Amino acid sequence: MEIDINRLDLEFQAKIDSGKTIEPKDWMPEKYRKTHIRQISQHAHSEIVGMLPEGNWITRAPSLRRKVTLLAKVQDEGGHGLYLYSACETLGISRDELFEQLHSGKAKYSSIFNYPAVTWADMGAVGWLVDGAAIMNQVMLTRTSFGPYARAMVRICKEESFHQRQGFEIMLSLCNGTAVQKHMAQESLNRWWWPSLMMFGPRDEESTHTEQAIKWKIKLKTNDELRQQFVDQTVPQIELLGLELPDPAIKWNEERGHYDFGPINWDEFWRVVGGNGPCNRERLAARKEAWEKGAWVREAALAYAEKQENLREAV
Amino acid sequence: MKKEWPVWEVFIRSRSGLDHRHAGSVHAADAKMALENARDVYTRRQEGVSIWVVPSASITASDPEEGGELFEPAKDKVYRHPTFYDLPDELTHM
Ligand SMILES: [Fe+2]
Ligand SMILES: [Fe+2]
Repeated sequence: MEIDINRLDLEFQAKIDSGKTIEPKDWMPEKYRKTHIRQISQHAHSEIVGMLPEGNWITRAPSLRRKVTLLAKVQDEGGHGLYLYSACETLGISRDELFEQLHSGKAKYSSIFNYPAVTWADMGAVGWLVDGAAIMNQVMLTRTSFGPYARAMVRICKEESFHQRQGFEIMLSLCNGTAVQKHMAQESLNRWWWPSLMMFGPRDEESTHTEQAIKWKIKLKTNDELRQQFVDQTVPQIELLGLELPDPAIKWNEERGHYDFGPINWDEFWRVVGGNGPCNRERLAARKEAWEKGAWVREAALAYAEKQENLREAV
Repeated sequence: MKKEWPVWEVFIRSRSGLDHRHAGSVHAADAKMALENARDVYTRRQEGVSIWVVPSASITASDPEEGGELFEPAKDKVYRHPTFYDLPDELTHM
């Protein structure tokens, strides 16, 4: 039996190495299933919790154009959450269990959403930087080994590009506006810069799952590689906006062919991951409230469906 | 009551003339709601002209473990392909 499992494990890895996808009904190691439930649900929760800071600004968008855009973006994020919950459920966990894990704090979501969106410029910075950082990770995941996850990612990536572009457009308008508006953009960039860099996760030497994740193609690049790529692509964009760099240590390194940047405050990172960021409690409370207050709707719809079914059978 | 809304598989015809293709799934209390949810979740950018929803529980799927036996019989039937037939190069319109 022991040998049998080893053989299955080897065959499984060989299948991934050869570029085949793993589908829900295929045999898979228990650890693969568990890791994927954890990662996909965490990703789904991030999409749903991520609706909160932006949803907060829909009623206060400065024009109708901005309002419909923001509304469409927030709806997309809701859709992304739903694609991912569905992908996760194919691994044999129910939607209710997934919500239960979010509400109890057992499951995590991206820490970036534990920061507040306090000015309109934050709608620009979030789309540009936060969606920008998320896209890099998501593009990589379109080639991941688990079929339903990879397919959800393809769909998501198609939709994400407008999120980042609308964010940059907001920043651009503010930077071309009054001194006060430009200052608002600068202040927002300064606040979101570091948390955005933290989105890629701990440094490679502290990241415990990297090797396994690379074997299963959950990761094709390490946290530090993606972070560097993000800095490299974003610095010229900051310059294009005419804003000051949010980190005085940012400097082109000819030898490396990359931008150097200053040290990240990892204490802050772990504090927010640990539940003590500026908005952790508020975000979770909002999700739980929505779930609890929606209970009667879920129950009523089911009761109605059952009644209609009974009526049909009675005829 | 602690029951979940059932899962429905969603199939979308992206434009007229094409087959419906599996897009993903939704939860819904009944078929009408499943159609509406599928519309909202999978066609926010006019990705479809027609939607089918099917209760997931109604789908019978082949077992990947038995994929070998199931698909093996077609493997040695190369004569089902046009390239199996040796015909002269001069032959046209065939
Ligand atoms: Fe998203
Ligand atoms: Fe997004």
